[in-house]
Amino acid sequence: MPQKVHPYIPNMVPEVQEKMLKVIGANTVDELYSCIPDEIKLKEEMHIPKALTEWELRRHIEKSLNKNTGANEYVNFLGAGCWQHFIPAVCDEINQRSEFLTAYAGEPYEDHGRYQALFEYQSLLAELVDMDVVNVPTFDWGQAAATSARMAGRITGRKKILLAKSVAPERSKIIMNYGSPELECEFVDFDIKSGLMDLEDLKAKLNYDVAALYLENPSYLGFIESQGPEISKLLKEKKALMIVGVDPISLGVLAPPGHYGADIVCGDLQPLGMHMNYSGGQAGFIATHDDETFINEYPSRLFGIVPTVKEGEYGFGDVAYERTSFAHREKGKESVGTQTALWGITAGVYLALMGPSGIQEVGQTIMQNSQYAVKEINKIQSVKGSLFESPFFKEFIVDFNKTGKTIEEINQGLLECKIFGGKDLSKEFPELGQTALFCVTEIHTKEDIDYLAASLKGVLEK
Amino acid sequence: MKLINRNSKTRDFHQAKWNEPIIFELHQSGEKGVEPPPVNEEIALAVGDGISIIPESMQRKSKPSIPEIGQAKVLRHYLRLSQETLGSDFNVEIGQGTCTMKYIPKINEMLIRNSKIMKLHPLQPESTVQGMLEIFYNLDLCMREISGMDYFSFQPSGGTQALFAMASIVRKYHEQRGEGDQRNEIITTIFSHPSQAATAVVKGYKIITLHPDENGFPDIEKLKAAVSERTAGFVVANPEDTGIFNPKIKEFTKIVHDAGGICYYDQANANGLLGITRAKEAGFDMCFFNLHKTFAAPHMCGGPATGALGVTEALKEYLPVPIVEYKDDKYTLKYDLKHSIGKVRAFHGVAQTVLRSYAWIRSLGPEGLKEVAKIAVLNNNYMYHRVLNIKGAGAPYVKGHRLEQVRYSWEQLTKETGITTEDVQLRMTDFGLHYWTSHHPYIVKQPFTLEPTESYSKQDLDEYIAALEQISKEAYENPDIIKNAPHNSTIHKIDERDFLDNPKKWCITWRSYLKKAKEHQSV
Repeated sequence: MPQKVHPYIPNMVPEVQEKMLKVIGANTVDELYSCIPDEIKLKEEMHIPKALTEWELRRHIEKSLNKNTGANEYVNFLGAGCWQHFIPAVCDEINQRSEFLTAYAGEPYEDHGRYQALFEYQSLLAELVDMDVVNVPTFDWGQAAATSARMAGRITGRKKILLAKSVAPERSKIIMNYGSPELECEFVDFDIKSGLMDLEDLKAKLNYDVAALYLENPSYLGFIESQGPEISKLLKEKKALMIVGVDPISLGVLAPPGHYGADIVCGDLQPLGMHMNYSGGQAGFIATHDDETFINEYPSRLFGIVPTVKEGEYGFGDVAYERTSFAHREKGKESVGTQTALWGITAGVYLALMGPSGIQEVGQTIMQNSQYAVKEINKIQSVKGSLFESPFFKEFIVDFNKTGKTIEEINQGLLECKIFGGKDLSKEFPELGQTALFCVTEIHTKEDIDYLAASLKGVLEK
Repeated sequence: MKLINRNSKTRDFHQAKWNEPIIFELHQSGEKGVEPPPVNEEIALAVGDGISIIPESMQRKSKPSIPEIGQAKVLRHYLRLSQETLGSDFNVEIGQGTCTMKYIPKINEMLIRNSKIMKLHPLQPESTVQGMLEIFYNLDLCMREISGMDYFSFQPSGGTQALFAMASIVRKYHEQRGEGDQRNEIITTIFSHPSQAATAVVKGYKIITLHPDENGFPDIEKLKAAVSERTAGFVVANPEDTGIFNPKIKEFTKIVHDAGGICYYDQANANGLLGITRAKEAGFDMCFFNLHKTFAAPHMCGGPATGALGVTEALKEYLPVPIVEYKDDKYTLKYDLKHSIGKVRAFHGVAQTVLRSYAWIRSLGPEGLKEVAKIAVLNNNYMYHRVLNIKGAGAPYVKGHRLEQVRYSWEQLTKETGITTEDVQLRMTDFGLHYWTSHHPYIVKQPFTLEPTESYSKQDLDEYIAALEQISKEAYENPDIIKNAPHNSTIHKIDERDFLDNPKKWCITWRSYLKKAKEHQSV
């Protein structure tokens, strides 16, 4: 029986192959592999299951996926770097459009729309973070923070990066790996009662060898760092830069970091219209002022708006392309490649839909819902709803130290109630003991939160 | 009715043009795009406004200056921009060599939009994500077969990040052996991807770049001269971006191993090799595949993507954590790898892309994968023979067959007509076709790199070739039509570098544009 022609491979048609081989002057396709020595040719068939038709494939994959339980089936209180938010339908409609989904490296003349959509993303996010420059997105927040640190190192000519100890451990690992061996990282302590940065420790570690301090606000541990102006003053005295990582969905209600002295702002776009996707929705951004020194240190693409030869038209192109490794290989600023551009476009759609009021409303609802959750959790005996005294945004630490139960046990109990409990912090922050980071956003209803409190009570009373 | 003449070999194409305003120009005070979930009244009563407790220094004093736009207007705006984008679903995307533009199966896009993946949180208990972990693990098993490596991580979300992760592993490995300071050089070749050199520099390495011999093969004598006790690693694409496969690759890896270095393989150009030859047999310690290239995940305007990173058993403990394991009928995430480089990206990687590539592999099976490679190579060599017959076109280095792509040259065309590869690029747009020049630096003069992949039919290839033939003809007969191109695009020629390289004129955001344009007007 002749071999079937696969739907994805049109030129498997034998007559077509024959015609093509004739043009080439070869008898068989195998001849074309004469450049590969026999000794490294694969002799056996790969142990991969045989091909499935589209229908069989669908059944096979759906069978696997059905073993998962999504956060739409259980009530989810996990955050810690990937968060469940409301996603407008138009965001999904745009990011699944074939044109955007399958575009890549087209020129401004055939991909004008892609350039414009990314320029608009940069522009919309710039308004949210109140900075003049935003890049085409990086891999994720950790990458954005790590690149910001390297940019600071190059701008100041210094090698030391101070990291707030409350920075997400996953992100500090990325920063340290990306920074080494060039940069040396050192942690600055936080106050165990408030979570706020220990300014005395900062003063002790801050010298003229420090390129920058990186802190997150709202912090990974949820609290709002209110000492921004003081921290910025200390850094400026030593001519060190201030890098602030931010959850952009907080910026409808919280001051953009530039307002309290940040030189570089970075963060994750996932809250702005991306599904969690088991962490497939992460994308990083970097923002600075329109300062030549800073712009020249970006490794990423920066799309700029330009006139065309025809009056009344906008065009777009790469600003200062010579910075990049695309142009200069090892002499470029770090490296750039395929990152997360589609999520940038989607974040732009999200911001355009939300508008200035929507972004403020969503921030406020998050604060109200999360404060309500803490209030309800505080009613449970031996449990402290928010470990830190400082105000927080969407995430907060629940202290279970006095319950005699471990987070593992509590989360198992919650799971039985169809709840994904908070992230266990006992390994990442052993000094906080049996604590968990809970996340409450605008998607949680009063019923969800009341159910969490009731379930927690039940689990602890068991 | 008389028979309509459809004999034109090139397409009568015009790109969509909407003259669409910048989104800020669509602002109408009071309009609204979407209503976010409101706060429950009882919650508001219980906690108040929720924002008064924000310390003074941290309150946002005024709303961000995002435009106010109704939903239909936002949708229409972005749909118009999508029409002004020529994605590979619409385009015979042969012109983006080194990027393996192939058909993106729609079934895979449907599958990733299942709530059983979209709504998974990466920290959910393992028991609730067994299906997702199973897909990660199954793709790992397939990748092992395809490469001969022993373990894969899907954490790096792009080829650049995979190369960076591999450079990190090289550093950690030598540090563990007490040779971290001594081994400070990475060797690569000029026709390997630019990220290879750039990511190794980020890890603090000095780069030694090998230039090819007169036939375009990586020069083994130059490699012998380059290796020393300072060699940390060797990173190479094979075939290189020229489409030339280095037949002595096993000798290369042996020379580097004998000098104490690690060999890592950039398999971004792997499309012609599936089921034919593998990283293991060529002596590599690590390799990576771009799932958005060889394994049919979409490129998404430049990501998110996945650089699937494979290592041999000896380097397993260095992988970024976690990796997925299967024991006692359960899939688990393993975090305790003894020498792990830590993390290169948040959590687990781009799960949708892992699923897409797994689905693609399963839709082809082992025989289908091999057909992918063979037809990609057939398509490329057909194209190669046809393009070499176009006046003014050439392809330097070894004659005979190439693998999945070719780096061509218009050097002769430029000499004879003045038309450059950049000029050709703009004119190709008029036929609805994408054409990329090549990576810098232009070692091959007036370069262009074509990679036809298995996805395109002979008719598609013939159409692309016909457009190149047409442009060559124009170059010799009517070069002005090329010089003034594009003619049928969304926009006219950009008044480019002065606005993009001059700090006084560049505008990276709309607010910068407004500021600088006003300053300009007041001068």
